[in-house]
Amino acid sequence: MTASPLIDIKGLRVLFHGDDGRTTHAVDSVDLSVANGATLGLVGESGCGKSVTSLAIMGLLSKQSAEVSGAIRFDGFDLLDAPDETLRDLRGNRLAMIFQEPMTSLNPSFTIGDQIIETILRHRGGSRRAARERAVALLKRVHIPSPEKRIDEYPHKLSGGMRQRVMIAMALACDPRLLIADEPTTALDVTLQAQILELMRELKAASGAAIILITHDLGVVAEVCDEVAVMYAGEIVERASVDELFAAPQHPYTVGLLGSIPRLDRRAAHLATIEGMVPNMANPPAGCRFAARCPFVIDACTKTPPPLRELSPGHASRCIRAPLERLVS
Amino acid sequence: MALLEATDLVKHFPASRNLFGRPTAFVRAVDGVSFHVEAGETLALVGESGCGKSTVSRLVLRLIEPDAGSVRFEGRDLLSLNADELRAFRRQAQIIFQDPYASLNPRMTVAQILGEPLALHSLVPAAQRRARIEELLRLVGLEPRFARRYPHEFSGGQRQRIAIARALAVEPKLIICDEPVSALDVSIRSQILNLLRDLQDRLGLSYIFVSHDLAVVKHIADRVAVMNLGGIVETAETAALFASPRHPYSRALLSAIPVAKPQGQRTRMILQGEMPSALNPPSGCRFHTRCPFVIDRCRAEVPKLVADSTGHATACHRTAELPSAEGIVPSDGAFSPALEKLVAAFSLSEEGPAGGGVGITGTPTAV
Repeated sequence: MTASPLIDIKGLRVLFHGDDGRTTHAVDSVDLSVANGATLGLVGESGCGKSVTSLAIMGLLSKQSAEVSGAIRFDGFDLLDAPDETLRDLRGNRLAMIFQEPMTSLNPSFTIGDQIIETILRHRGGSRRAARERAVALLKRVHIPSPEKRIDEYPHKLSGGMRQRVMIAMALACDPRLLIADEPTTALDVTLQAQILELMRELKAASGAAIILITHDLGVVAEVCDEVAVMYAGEIVERASVDELFAAPQHPYTVGLLGSIPRLDRRAAHLATIEGMVPNMANPPAGCRFAARCPFVIDACTKTPPPLRELSPGHASRCIRAPLERLVS
Repeated sequence: MALLEATDLVKHFPASRNLFGRPTAFVRAVDGVSFHVEAGETLALVGESGCGKSTVSRLVLRLIEPDAGSVRFEGRDLLSLNADELRAFRRQAQIIFQDPYASLNPRMTVAQILGEPLALHSLVPAAQRRARIEELLRLVGLEPRFARRYPHEFSGGQRQRIAIARALAVEPKLIICDEPVSALDVSIRSQILNLLRDLQDRLGLSYIFVSHDLAVVKHIADRVAVMNLGGIVETAETAALFASPRHPYSRALLSAIPVAKPQGQRTRMILQGEMPSALNPPSGCRFHTRCPFVIDRCRAEVPKLVADSTGHATACHRTAELPSAEGIVPSDGAFSPALEKLVAAFSLSEEGPAGGGVGITGTPTAV
């Protein structure tokens, strides 16, 4: 890992001001950094703020409704202070994103070739013919059969797996330094998921781009990520290398998540369940946000917000009771 | 006698019609599917989108009419039933759908949703209906006072509990669960899976569990039928299938399961190409276009589903010649003893009949 990370997020906070006057704390004091060539998994359940974090990085949150503060340094730029023009130059170029729904993120009235070529011409210029050649090469790189023919097809002619490949090809069009993939395989069948994950590994090895992979699927994280950040109710509650996180998780929420997925080699009559509900983010609790659902809760948990504390190099947890092993020994 | 026996089910949907309304092309969604379900067991139907698993689940309830084949429930031929008899049959078999946001009528309260099947089948006298509704809610881990609320007041997991309560209202013997947890978050998913299993133990239910999530299937099913393009390619006891899948398609499917273990050892079989269209399925074995073991015979001749002495059935010409399936199914290993104990802390609060409820309160916590 290099000394200065490719992207460095400090104290990111996103507030949504609703029409009813309530303010929702979607993301709170998030610190993240990703080195060149590394893959970070951002894990959490619906509404934990993982997608909002990625939209904040891309500068895609509406300024009318979202109040974004903190600092996001990317490749020498401060993304939150950068003018729109700079952001437009970065997006699709050095900063690219793949969205979850390949069905809705392609424009149905243009051929896939037009959509890829548009990106190339916008950022790289050159002739349309050269751009088209590059688009064919990209489609080939994501293993689309007969790309010379496919390039002139409209999105509706392609299956879900194919469309996701087109999305990936488009994201790769200008050799991004950072690729944000928001649930890239969630809408796909397992066999296609395996193909796409393989493709992402291949591309990472070939291009050296950094990847932020947003997912709720711990299996996908285990397969492609180097590091993981677990989010709960707008905060990062645990951050560790992928090996450490799965072997010795240090936040109760992570433990609950790991226990609640059926495992192939563990025949348990009952899966772990996390009782209760996510707190209302218009009025987050005073102490630990997970306290109400935590089996290890003590009085101190509900008094003050726990800090994200480093337990060992590279492994941090937002739980005052960590290391957790001592609770059960 | 099996509780349910489906034989050679066929369903082709017209895909296009000519000027005179005659169908000119068909989607061959289900093409000769046979299986059975015993009382008290869970049969999982697995396969990729478009393989016909949901169509099968609707055929066995006669929610759609098969073009050919037969379905016997406790020995009675369902296809010969008239409308009244069919309605009576539907007391025996119910269905839970994938999307709990779409499967509950937003204009009905929970009490109305649960009361409707009771009234329709005249099961409970009107005076006692309220008590029965409260009992049903407790059975699925919801508080009885929720009866007066509307579906939008509940979270996804709670709605799925209501859908389960509605299915249980008529005291069925068989429940078809069509991707019942796919739309739910991981931690909610485990609650619903636990509930389905508890109910089976308590009420002796049979399930047909339609899913594409193989880890979930391994957890919940007794037997599995793997479907590809409208046909079953392999059926086996769950343990036998996951220990050594035989059909090349099952191997590919199982080898693709992402597991929560970094650097897990596996020999992944990645299928090349796309699933062929059911509009124009390949000749012979329908998997031959994607099969790494294909020979000429596969292109010409449709393989039959042949069972061995243990009941493990495979539809592949080359079953006997295929290499060992060792290492195909990924391994996710065990938790460390400390982690196992930590995880156990999340299961303790679950005991007790009503304690499993997601006890939301009157405060506006829903997000």
